[in-house]
Amino acid sequence: MIRPLAEWYDLRDIGNAVGALLEQIEDWGAPDWVPYVVSGLIGVVAILLWTVLSVLAFIWIERRVVGLMQNRIGPNRVGPMGLLQPVADALKLLFKEPVTTRDSDRVLFWLAPIVVFIPTMVVFAVIPFGERMVLADLNVGVLFLIAIGSINTIAVFMAGWSSNNKYALLGAMRTIAMLISYELIQVLVLLAAVLFVGSMRLGDIVAWQQDYGVWLIFLQPLGLLGYVIAGAVEMNRSPTDTAEAESEIVAGYHTEYGGIKFGFFYQAEYLAGFAIAAVIVTLYMGGWTLWGLEEWVPGWLIFLAKLYGVFFIYIWSRGTLPRLRIDQLMGFAWKFMLPLALVNVLVVGGERLLWQEAELSSGEALPLFGVVNFVLAVGLIVGWAWILGHRRPDRVAHRAILTKEVGAIFYGEPAPNI
Amino acid sequence: MDDTGTVVAFYVLSAMTVGSALGVVVVRNLVHAVVFLIVSFMGVAGLYITLSADFVAVTQILIYAGAVSVLLLFAIVLTPRGERGNSESFLRLPALLLALLVAFTLGYVAIDTDWVISDREGFEETASVIGEALLDKYVLPFEIASVLLLAAMLGAIVLVRPETPTEEAGE
Amino acid sequence: MSVDLEHYLIVGAILFSIGLYLALAKQNFIGVLMGIELMFNAVNLTFVAFSRFVESPNPLDGHVFVVFVITVAAAEAATALALAVLLYRVRDTINVDRIDSLKW
Repeated sequence: MIRPLAEWYDLRDIGNAVGALLEQIEDWGAPDWVPYVVSGLIGVVAILLWTVLSVLAFIWIERRVVGLMQNRIGPNRVGPMGLLQPVADALKLLFKEPVTTRDSDRVLFWLAPIVVFIPTMVVFAVIPFGERMVLADLNVGVLFLIAIGSINTIAVFMAGWSSNNKYALLGAMRTIAMLISYELIQVLVLLAAVLFVGSMRLGDIVAWQQDYGVWLIFLQPLGLLGYVIAGAVEMNRSPTDTAEAESEIVAGYHTEYGGIKFGFFYQAEYLAGFAIAAVIVTLYMGGWTLWGLEEWVPGWLIFLAKLYGVFFIYIWSRGTLPRLRIDQLMGFAWKFMLPLALVNVLVVGGERLLWQEAELSSGEALPLFGVVNFVLAVGLIVGWAWILGHRRPDRVAHRAILTKEVGAIFYGEPAPNI
Repeated sequence: MDDTGTVVAFYVLSAMTVGSALGVVVVRNLVHAVVFLIVSFMGVAGLYITLSADFVAVTQILIYAGAVSVLLLFAIVLTPRGERGNSESFLRLPALLLALLVAFTLGYVAIDTDWVISDREGFEETASVIGEALLDKYVLPFEIASVLLLAAMLGAIVLVRPETPTEEAGE
Repeated sequence: MSVDLEHYLIVGAILFSIGLYLALAKQNFIGVLMGIELMFNAVNLTFVAFSRFVESPNPLDGHVFVVFVITVAAAEAATALALAVLLYRVRDTINVDRIDSLKW
């Protein structure tokens, strides 16, 4: 349950300060709707400021970190250690000429970057940054996240269509195909999480994890894996950015966009990353709680630390993993992840029913479920991949027989001793 | 419902919905018409929220704005380039008269009837009650709906499959 | 200044008639489909308005109806658009004024 308001300088929950401000406004005799509107405005301004500053910071962080992973120094020219690189990027994008292609659909061309940007920002309205720091704790919070994420497909189509460029349209089609496939997996995985907790409200899910003292990551590892992968695809980042990578399709649906319009797409990509990371932290990693540490350390600091940690994992995967082809991605979604997600829903539902009907206490039920789910996850992934035919290749590379396969390395029988 | 916020929200949202529905009728380009239709769907979702139907509003956005609209746009891409205008057929005048007649009839019935209004203040939480009803009282339509979706999916795939050339037994 | 059931019903009636006009008067097959979807939306709005305002032992049955209507509308849109693509393949046009004979 939410604790009563503490003193306004209690920084562990900035909602205390806002609550004190609103009480002060009410004491001044303002009509009823003023505190409501003021709290909404404060929340909106806070989210806007935080997202913009985070994106600026992470432009630098990502390029340095990926550079170090690829054994090179990242940007280090602009400012000390390259710290002003994001500012330079932003200024460059602002000063470039925004070109509109000749026969394109002018209204849709202008509208598409805005419509791409808005859903990624709106998602942060339902995410609890602290105990009292939610802009709108909806009763259907989880479904809201999925619904707002599905508006991205329209924006991508508008961008690809209005560019009057066949590669843009092709890239947009591929992106939409990817997005809707992985959206389905996202829905099934989030359904399993909601089924176990029993409420779609994100504040309730964090409170559940706080009350039972366990994170959902330990209870549903298959779900977490599914959501991490589905989220990576929804973000349009490497290793799954086939539809917009430069070596693939000349930047896909945002080929024709330059200047600040491209800046919107760029920022929307980072914001989508933060949104997915925020959902993972809230649902699976305990949100702003840390097993009691939130008594001393402010909850929102814990939340931000976890969020940046999860986003770092995505940056890490970008620097390390090679890009997937579009047919590999789609095959992975429909043939591998979808059956696993369905089995996950079944198993989680069964466990929830077992917990209720057998009236086990949480101390004995939850560790049992955790162990069973973990074993099941590992077994299902390995077993299903083996059934689908992805056996381990014979890892010993053999010398090519020169006459047949010049310069090739083939796996299979060992080369004869020539 | 008489607090200022809900009244203002209702008028703004219904103006947006009806305006963009009229936009679908008037606009010359089919893709623009679909975009106006999407705006109209969003407006209807907003109206659901003023009626405190949270689950239905989010479902509306998820399915209509996120899936049905994408279907419409894909169909536009797969159909000929020359026929992307949004013109009316030769039956437009009778259709207009019929539409006006239907509107007036429905409006008159809506205003004239003595509805039995209850004193409810709005629903608290609709999702759990809808879920229970779906699995308790309406489980048969629920199952039939899932079979219907399966049939529609298979039907759409079979209809749009490219025709494979028949293989003649060579030797 | 309050918002009652009649307001929502009138909005629903207007949306339904606009959808009816689109379904009857548009030349493009996809225009007709847009009209049908708009009619579905108007009907859903009326259901939800009734469920909110009218006295009833199970008020949320209206919402259950709306969920079913949305489901069936999505299935119908998918099938109708597959038919549109097939129609283009067979008749080389999707102008409903020209698809008015069963045989060539």
